[in-house]
Amino acid sequence: MMNKDDKAVEFIRDSTVKSFNVHELRDLFPILGQHVNDKPLVYLDNAATTQKPFSVIRSLESFYERFNSNVHRALYTLGEEATQAFEDSREKARQFINASSRSEVIFTRGTTESVNLVASSFGETVVNAGDNVIVSQMEHHSNLVPWQILCEKRNAELRFIPVDSNGNLKIDSLDDLISERTRLLSVTYVSNSLGTINPVKKIIEKAHSRGVPVMIDAAQAAPHLKIDVADTDCDFLALSGHKVYGPTGIGILYGKENLLEMMPPYQSGGEMIKEVKFSGALYNELPYKFEAGTPNIADAVALKPAFEFVENTGFDMISEHENSLLLLATELLKDVEGIRIIGTSKEKVSVLSFVISGTHPYDAGALLDQMGIAVRTGFHCTQPLLQEVYGLNGTIRASFAIYNTADEVTYFADCVRRARNMLA
Amino acid sequence: MNTDNRTIREIEDEIVEEFSMFEDWMSKYEYIIELGKHLPLIDTKYKTDEFKVSGCQSQLWLHAEMKDGRLYFSADSDAVISKGIIALLIRAMSGHSPAEILNSDLEFLDKIGMRVHLSPNRSNGLTSMINYMKNYAKIYAGQSVQ
Repeated sequence: MMNKDDKAVEFIRDSTVKSFNVHELRDLFPILGQHVNDKPLVYLDNAATTQKPFSVIRSLESFYERFNSNVHRALYTLGEEATQAFEDSREKARQFINASSRSEVIFTRGTTESVNLVASSFGETVVNAGDNVIVSQMEHHSNLVPWQILCEKRNAELRFIPVDSNGNLKIDSLDDLISERTRLLSVTYVSNSLGTINPVKKIIEKAHSRGVPVMIDAAQAAPHLKIDVADTDCDFLALSGHKVYGPTGIGILYGKENLLEMMPPYQSGGEMIKEVKFSGALYNELPYKFEAGTPNIADAVALKPAFEFVENTGFDMISEHENSLLLLATELLKDVEGIRIIGTSKEKVSVLSFVISGTHPYDAGALLDQMGIAVRTGFHCTQPLLQEVYGLNGTIRASFAIYNTADEVTYFADCVRRARNMLA
Repeated sequence: MNTDNRTIREIEDEIVEEFSMFEDWMSKYEYIIELGKHLPLIDTKYKTDEFKVSGCQSQLWLHAEMKDGRLYFSADSDAVISKGIIALLIRAMSGHSPAEILNSDLEFLDKIGMRVHLSPNRSNGLTSMINYMKNYAKIYAGQSVQ
C-alpha cells in the first residue's frame, strides 16, 4: 500500500498534468477527516491558522526521531545534520520570498515577533521625539500595538492611512501623511478581517520616493500570493509559518542587509555573539545576530515542506481555486436576508467577513459551530478598524484555503441561512 | 415578581425535563434563543459598566434587588444566546433567599449538557454569570465578597 508521503509526491506530480483535484489534496491533511459535534468538520478559519499536510507533520516527527541536536556549534554528525536541515529551511524561505541572500532571512516566532523586532531594534534607532511612523487603519493588532508603544516611548506620532467603505486603503492620502519626519511605514499586504489585497508595490514606490523605508506584514498574503521582496522592494517583511500550512511558533523576518547591519540586536545571549569577554561582546554576523538562544529548530526545519507544499501546488492553482470558493460564498450569502458583507474590495483573497443585521456575531458563531463549521467571530485582532471605522461589534469571518471544497461552501451558506432564521 | 414557592432544585428539575424533550443541540439552542428573546428587559439605568459581567465575550449586564427576603435578578446582553443562558439562570435563581442561592449547585447545567456544548469562552462566561449572581447573594446575605 502506498504511504501518505508517496501519495503526496504522486499528487504533486499528477497535479502538473491533471486539473486540480481538491479531494485528493484533502487526503494530505489528516485533521480534515474528523467530525465535530457529530458533523463532518468544515474548517473555515484558515486566516487564523491553516491545517498541516502530512509532509509537515512527518518533518516534525522525523526531526525529533532522527536529527534532534543543537545547531551551529556541534562538531558531531547529528549536530551537523540538524544544522544542515535548519539552514536548508532558511534557504527554502529565501527562495519562497525571493530574497537575495540567506543573511537577510531571520527565523522568528512569527509575524508578531518580527514586527516587535523591527519596532524595537530599528524603530528605537531611528525614531525620535517629533518623528512619525505610518501604518494603516486596517492593521492587525500585531502591526499596530508595537508601533503605538514605540511612538509613546519616543514621543513620536503614529499616523494612519485611512480605509474606505469597501475596505480599500486611500493611498492618495500618503502624499499628505508622509512628512520629512516620517521614519517608517508599516502596512499589511492583505487585510485579515476584510480580505483586501493592498497595492503594496505602489505604496512602497510612494514611500521610497520620499525616502521612507517600508515594512510589509505578509502574514495573510503568504498563503495566497507569491511574495517577492525583490520585486516589491520592501525593506522589511514578516510572515508566520502556521498561516502557510507550516508549524506554529516559527516565522520569518526579511530585512535588507544594510538595514539589518545598522540595527542593534533585539535579544542577546548565546548564538548571537562572535566573541565574548567580561568587558563586552562582539556580535555575530547576519542573520545570527538576531537569533539569540537556541532557535525553534524542529519547527524551522518543518517550514521547508510547508513552503514546498505551497510551491508545488502552485499559486496559480491556489488563486484559481480559492477565488472560485470566495465567489461562490459571496454569491450564496448575498441571497441570505439581512447579510451584509464587510470588505467588498475588488482585490481580495478568500476571506469573507459579514454581519447579520440585528444579531451578535457570537450567536451565529455558536450555531455554526454546532453544525460543524469553524469560523471566527469577533474583531479578528482589528478592533479599531471594525469598531471605529465600521462601527461594528465584530463580524463573522469565513476564510477559505486550498483544501476547502465547493460543497463545504454551499453547506456553510445553508447553515448561515439557518442560523439567521433562528436568530432574527 | 415571583410568587412561586418552589425551591431552586424543583425549578432545575423542571428545566431538565423541558430540555429532555429536544432531540439535538440545535433544538436546545433554538429554545435558549427564544428564552433570550423573551427575557424581560433590565432597567436601562443598570446597563452601565458598573453592572457589566466581565469574562463574557459579549456584553452582559446583571442587576439584583432584595424584596421581602428574596433576591430578584434582571439582565440583558447584546448577544441573544447569552441572554437565553442568563434567562435560564434567572429562572432558576431569581425569587429565592440569598442563602438558598448560595447553596444551589446548579446541577441542571450539567444535566442538560450546557457546559459540554458551550465553547470554552462561553463556558467561562457562564461561570462568570453564576459567580456574579452568587456574589449578589453574598452581599445581601450580609457576607463579605471574596
